[in-house]
Amino acid sequence: MATKAFQKIYTKVTQITKATCTLRAEGIGYDELAEINGRLAQVVKIIGDDVTLQVFGGTEGIPTNAEVTFLGKSPSLKVSDQLAGRFFNAFGDPIDGGPDIEGQEVAIGGPSVNPVRRKQPSELIGTGIAGIDLNNTLVSGQKIPFFADPDQPFNQVMAMVALRAKADKIILGGMGLTNDDYLFFRNVFDNAGALDRIVSFVNTTENPPVERLLVPDMALTAAEYFAVEKNESVLVLLTDMTLYADALSIVSNRMDQIPSKDSMPGSLYSDLAKIYEKAVQFPSGGSITIIAVTTLSGGDITHAIPDNTGYITEGQLFLRRDSDVGKVIVDPFRSLSRLKQLVIGDKTREDHPQVMNAAIRLFADAASAKTKLENGFDLTEYDQRTLDFAKEYSNDLLAIDVNIGTDDMLDTGWKLLGRHFKPEEVGIKQELMNKYWPKEA
Amino acid sequence: MSTQGKVKGIIANLVTVEADGPVAQNEICYLQTRGTDLMAEVIKVNGANAFVQVFESTRGLKIGDPVRFTGHMLEVTLGPGILSKNYDGLQNDLDKMDGVFLKRGDYTNPLDDDTLWNFKPLAKAGDEVEAASWLGEVNENGKPHRIMVPFVFEGKYTVKSVVEAGEYKINDTIAVLVDADGKEHNVTMVQKWPVKKAITAYREKPRPFKLLETGVRTIDTINPIVEGGTGFIPGPFGTGKTVLQHAISKQAEADIVVIAACGERANEVVEIFTEFPELDDPHTGRKLMERTIIVANTSNMPVAAREASVYTAMTLSEYYRSMGLKVLMMADSTSRWAQALREMSNRLEELPGQDAFPMDLSAVIANFYARAGFVYLNNGESGSVTFIGTVSPAGGNLKEPVTESTKKVARCFYALQQSRADGKRYPAINPIESYSKYLEYPEFEEYIAKRIGDKWIASINELKTILLRGQEVSEQINILGDDGVPVEYHIRFWKSEVIDFVILQQDAFDKVDMNTPLERQEYMLNKVMGICHTDFQFESFTEVGSYFKRVINNLRQMNYSEFETDEFKKFEEELNQIINERKVA
Ligand SMILES: Nc1ncnc2c1ncn2[C@@H]1O[C@H](COP(=O)(O)OP(=O)(O)OP(=O)(O)O)[C@@H](O)[C@H]1O
Ligand SMILES: [Mg+2]
Repeated sequence: MATKAFQKIYTKVTQITKATCTLRAEGIGYDELAEINGRLAQVVKIIGDDVTLQVFGGTEGIPTNAEVTFLGKSPSLKVSDQLAGRFFNAFGDPIDGGPDIEGQEVAIGGPSVNPVRRKQPSELIGTGIAGIDLNNTLVSGQKIPFFADPDQPFNQVMAMVALRAKADKIILGGMGLTNDDYLFFRNVFDNAGALDRIVSFVNTTENPPVERLLVPDMALTAAEYFAVEKNESVLVLLTDMTLYADALSIVSNRMDQIPSKDSMPGSLYSDLAKIYEKAVQFPSGGSITIIAVTTLSGGDITHAIPDNTGYITEGQLFLRRDSDVGKVIVDPFRSLSRLKQLVIGDKTREDHPQVMNAAIRLFADAASAKTKLENGFDLTEYDQRTLDFAKEYSNDLLAIDVNIGTDDMLDTGWKLLGRHFKPEEVGIKQELMNKYWPKEA
Repeated sequence: MSTQGKVKGIIANLVTVEADGPVAQNEICYLQTRGTDLMAEVIKVNGANAFVQVFESTRGLKIGDPVRFTGHMLEVTLGPGILSKNYDGLQNDLDKMDGVFLKRGDYTNPLDDDTLWNFKPLAKAGDEVEAASWLGEVNENGKPHRIMVPFVFEGKYTVKSVVEAGEYKINDTIAVLVDADGKEHNVTMVQKWPVKKAITAYREKPRPFKLLETGVRTIDTINPIVEGGTGFIPGPFGTGKTVLQHAISKQAEADIVVIAACGERANEVVEIFTEFPELDDPHTGRKLMERTIIVANTSNMPVAAREASVYTAMTLSEYYRSMGLKVLMMADSTSRWAQALREMSNRLEELPGQDAFPMDLSAVIANFYARAGFVYLNNGESGSVTFIGTVSPAGGNLKEPVTESTKKVARCFYALQQSRADGKRYPAINPIESYSKYLEYPEFEEYIAKRIGDKWIASINELKTILLRGQEVSEQINILGDDGVPVEYHIRFWKSEVIDFVILQQDAFDKVDMNTPLERQEYMLNKVMGICHTDFQFESFTEVGSYFKRVINNLRQMNYSEFETDEFKKFEEELNQIINERKVA
């Protein structure tokens, strides 16, 4: 920061906590950035002349005579086509050894889209995974997280979805990524020859956790550039939002805010909503779709982080290992895509909604049969059929290694229904039964 | 000269302002930052310091920035032209804003000053009038929009003159009134009212008693809501609160529908913007959007305005009620409003109550629900505001402050159940835990006896008993096994399943099934109760399930068919044959 000769340098820090420093300064704007002994910080509180800064890198080693300069702007990113193919840290500085980006500097965390200017999402995003395309169809402009325990292969599935979706740009926001996972993403994108469509903002486990707080806004500012200025369809991947929320709680606890449930800040809902609501279909054709990861602890979705996320996002994709078939599946009970009704049976074949529902209902019957079995009761012939059906359904459709087109998924669905059930057991509209029910079983 | 001030402290959207004169609680002020005015509301005063919540982002705001107090509280502007508008939480007309993104400090006119309205006088010179008396009316989207004596007028007035029938703009004087002291007052078609105060210009507020038809079977048939009634829909995420509210707002037999999208998803509002202008109001044949007002303060819009949005929507509802109209207001989700209160209360470092919500949460919620109601106006006409709010309990646990406080005041409880939603048994309203207190009102009983028949309530009670017994039996079967209970028990269980699949479950996305008019509900209820009253003959429990699945399948095909068409009758005929197969003569 060489050109700042005229800038006032403050050297009297009056208070230091683990995440914040306070000093006396005048004429400072709220949200403004500062540098304290070279570390980036942001104004989070001003009372009279007392200005409190949140120091992203933590305050370890900061002395009371640290040099503080104010940058006169809030966190920002330079945007242009040069972003494509590049890797950045949470501050938007290149970490791939390449040159700095030239472009227009825009403040991150910018304004919201006027709701009346939004368009209703209507473009189906195909992934080839039936657990998604058949049961939880994704639509551009949607925001949806994977809910998964830390040992599930969520980053792999997410990378696969990203590459199969026909997005113009993929923006990766990595928060608390292990170095291995970071390299994993780099490799898959590289191997797929897709690096030039990808922009990455990465905070790894080696970086200070509070820096993560900037990652989603950086990623979404880049996304808005491509979606608004270039009318591109942009897919934003945010992993892991649980680690993002943890960083929020670190900051709020250190600022003595009253925590609400699970020691999360009371504003968690609004904080997460500000990020996820950046998903949008613009009238001019561009779109931002957000696929995120929220790791769970022991599958507990009532914890404040997944709970608030579920209330914000348009559904969730729940990964779980099905021990009956030995594969990871997209759990049809707890997963949901709320925008699916905008496309299924309309952009896809007419029988889609009913086949989807019938199969899930029968899969639920299988679950009750299984409970019966576990409780030591005899199974009826119907129960037995549901169990047989469930195995095939899980293996042929729910497993994440499935990669087929939607019509094939529907045909497979009819085949399985026809193989195991009588027409009156599936509860599908007569009109569709006449047309699609397998003739000979 | 109005009170001025200077910014003294900033923590997110809570700003301390040192004022140079008198300041009122809830007064509105504007903070000026680099040429932009940011609207804010006083939420606490301490000496010369006013604590204000800013309705916008405070980014870049500085100590010493000037503040201008307005001398009034947060107000809405009332007049013809509100219907079909899309407002934000502060009643800015969203369609009048430029650009794709919302701009800080962009405040737009809620009404259209230049539109000409065809005015018909209802009062004449010499009439004695008071606040809310009807002076005239204009036609707003087919509804009589009454032009009233402003609600702020106190005492009695005499009409000096009312303009002749003709075309006028909202700001033209349409009447001159004389007060008790002989002073003249010009009245236009526009007035203002502070949102946090209820509009109480009516004669009396009796207990509500008239059914408000929603077309949703599990509401109308099982737990009905009434004109001027209150209800709430708590449920974990994804269990169908919004879908249910949207269904009600499309189908309900209301004159006006006010939708407050309070801290929820923007795409859900877009769905309304997109669909309502195309869909028909099933009761008038006009477009749905013509009777709808949207107050959208989605989750990414400023949090403080979220709190204001429900009050804005309620005040608009009360305004139309004063015209003698049936208004239905929906808020999705009242929990987000409570959370907005919590965020502010925490920043003010108030002593927190349970789950860090403010101590007076219960009182705030009770006051709000109390604004709904059926009223007789001073001229003897009636009007109503029916209010249904959703609640989003943390972790889906109903033992939390917002649910508990709401349960104390709302008369209908529509509890969405996770397991029903998981099993795709939509709408996922738990029929046993949910209730409508109106079923216990003798006034309602009398009304419904006239509208449908005097056996109706007895039928409903019997249906609920069958559901309850079905549930008990299913628990026993789970413990004892299928063959551990008599065949009779299986039959009992499956009769309750018939009710569940045919009456309770309803596909909100099927063109026919989504809306069931009352007449059809009555028909299907009789049909289903007839089956429940029939004795069936089975050798073994294994036959029971597959038999009743056929019964259910045919009844559902009936639900999917247009009422009383050949198709409908064909399925009914098949059903009758199936029933005769096993019926004990
Ligand atoms: N009556 C219904 N018929 C068919 N599907 C339904 C029905 N109700 C809900 N659903 C399904 O459930 C999904 C979630 O419903 P909805 O968005 O109303 O949940 P919600 O309770 O409002 O959740 P949140 O609290 O997160 O806003 C819908 O997208 C739809 O797929
Ligand atoms: Mg909802």
